[in-house]
Amino acid sequence: MKLLVCVSKAPDTTSKISFTDNNTVFDESGIQFIMNPYDEWYSLVRAIELKEQAGGTVTLVNVGPASNDVIIRKGLAIGADDAARIDMDPKSALSTAQQIAAFAKEGSYDIVFLGKETIDYNGAEVGSMLAEMLDMPYISFATKLDVAGNTATVSRDIEGGSEIAELETPFVISAAKGLAEQRIPNMRGIMMAKRKPLNVIAPVEVAEQIKTVQFELPGEKSAVKMVDPENMDELVRLLHEEAKVI
Amino acid sequence: MILVFAESTKGQFKKSVFEAVTYGAKLAASMGTTCAAVTMGEVSDAGQLGIYGAAKVYNVAGVGAFDSQVYSSVLADAAKQLEAQVVIMPVSSTGKAIFGRVAVRLGAGCVSGVNALPNLDGGFKVKKNVFSGKAVAEYEITTPVKVISLMGNTLPPESTGAAATVEALDIAVPAAKVRVKEVKTIDGIVPLPEAELVVSAGRGMKGPENWGMIEEMATILGATTACSRPVADTGWRPHHEHVGQTGVAILPNLYIAVGISGAIQHLAGVNQSKVIVVINKDPEAPFFKAADYGVLGDLFEVVPRLNEALKKYKAAN
Ligand SMILES: Cc1cc2nc3c(=O)[nH]c(=O)nc-3n(C[C@H](O)[C@H](O)[C@H](O)COP(=O)(O)OP(=O)(O)OC[C@H]3O[C@@H](n4cnc5c(N)ncnc54)[C@H](O)[C@@H]3O)c2cc1C
Ligand SMILES: Nc1ncnc2c1ncn2[C@@H]1O[C@H](COP(=O)(O)O)[C@@H](O)[C@H]1O
Repeated sequence: MKLLVCVSKAPDTTSKISFTDNNTVFDESGIQFIMNPYDEWYSLVRAIELKEQAGGTVTLVNVGPASNDVIIRKGLAIGADDAARIDMDPKSALSTAQQIAAFAKEGSYDIVFLGKETIDYNGAEVGSMLAEMLDMPYISFATKLDVAGNTATVSRDIEGGSEIAELETPFVISAAKGLAEQRIPNMRGIMMAKRKPLNVIAPVEVAEQIKTVQFELPGEKSAVKMVDPENMDELVRLLHEEAKVI
Repeated sequence: MILVFAESTKGQFKKSVFEAVTYGAKLAASMGTTCAAVTMGEVSDAGQLGIYGAAKVYNVAGVGAFDSQVYSSVLADAAKQLEAQVVIMPVSSTGKAIFGRVAVRLGAGCVSGVNALPNLDGGFKVKKNVFSGKAVAEYEITTPVKVISLMGNTLPPESTGAAATVEALDIAVPAAKVRVKEVKTIDGIVPLPEAELVVSAGRGMKGPENWGMIEEMATILGATTACSRPVADTGWRPHHEHVGQTGVAILPNLYIAVGISGAIQHLAGVNQSKVIVVINKDPEAPFFKAADYGVLGDLFEVVPRLNEALKKYKAAN
């Protein structure tokens, strides 16, 4: 099986968020970037497990600048075979998906994996766009994926439960929590990763369809109002009369 | 025209659809056009969408179990046939699965998870929360056709009109490639992403045997229960209750957090709640900084007291 895993970088959740250029550009200075957790913990690991069971290759693809190579190498250390970095600063989900689609079309992959969403812009958009560009079925927010021959059984998160379905390869799938268990790269993996191919690819020409107007930081939250622990009637009164939520 | 995708489950609409129609009708009014809704498959009482402002409701027959390719093809064709300028859908599992596909099919610029009406001053500008609610981004969509998805609880559904007529829309439905075998949902509980009231508890509970009082509070309030990640990881509570960065992100009107410290990864999933109540015995618990109301005390004393107060309030109101 030929498997493609799309990996993105994301700022560590503990990062302090700020903007430059008149609040139009995310200030990356001092930000600790990590591999997007959904990509690293669930999507990549499940792809490697399938390869271990049935044979094949796991290729990583990232759209991003050279500074992303550390993150890509981590994916190789966890167990991917090779990687491609499309050399472009991702501007929007659409142009990211277009870049990945152009790359994926060359490879005739059986399954294209993504994470459920990137934890920075919280879009959950790239997977659905990419599936359309590749004209493939899309299973979003998968918590289970088993493959026998070219038939896959999947389970995905829906409101208040789950949905189980079957389909044939090729398809696009996005990973939610539960699809696999996180793997920590070992020393051997890290050493081997240094010798695995990481190809840098020139981006294709794309037009943007949205513009960032500006970013804003939410206003300071007003100070917490402490309520006497002996007097819960007062808390109920506040929730009813002041906050108007019950 | 503004077209709202009115998704349905077992023939019924959820509140998020009424919100989306209300939003669509308001947007249509400010753009000097009308709002219509499109439903797929068999829906009972589709005309009720008129009450929330849909001038017309269209139905596409012959759409079966969910397959993102089928749904997005039908919705995009409907938008083309009706010459929609803006397509709106709720943020939901269905919405997220088809959002990008529909935008690509329509060649439309798109922004997901919008949380306010667009600013139409010199363009079509929408806002959404980014960085797990740590910032707000404003984007301008520059294409003639626009696709947006609406965050739940952005605005309350408003009944403004009367039931609308339902018209069949003739659209080819492609064959599904995904064969849905089984849909498992827990009935009778509002799922977390849609819940308006959430009662959540963490490691401070000491053990699963103590959850009775949390469930009692949820029952009194009609709230949905949630928990912190370690609680789900150790099997004290089911995984679908886990909220936070790696769990479900929620935005209820009220979030009551009991015995949860308020780690940044937990806050990432809950800090968009309108009102947060924190019950914790540690004055240094970081959650107090994100709370609107705080109760400093032992939860094993405070929660039973709060439950009594809530029962009294419910009996009187
Ligand atoms: C990458 C990553 C992702 C993560 N994602 C998530 C996530 O999605 N969701 C999540 O929740 N966590 C997540 N975590 C874990 C998170 O960092 C915290 O460890 C976790 O939220 C702590 O859970 P807790 O508040 O229940 O437990 P604790 O931190 O142990 O807090 C228990 C609290 O209960 C209070 N308490 C104890 N006894 C009493 C009592 N008798 N009365 C009143 N108060 C009492 C204590 O004062 C304390 O504040 C993630 C961590 C990482 C590294
Ligand atoms: N720059 C990128 N390069 C490669 N894959 C990406 C990139 N951005 C997003 N993805 C993939 O798309 C998924 C969903 O991202 P998003 O739509 O941004 O929430 C991520 O989990 C990744 O798998």
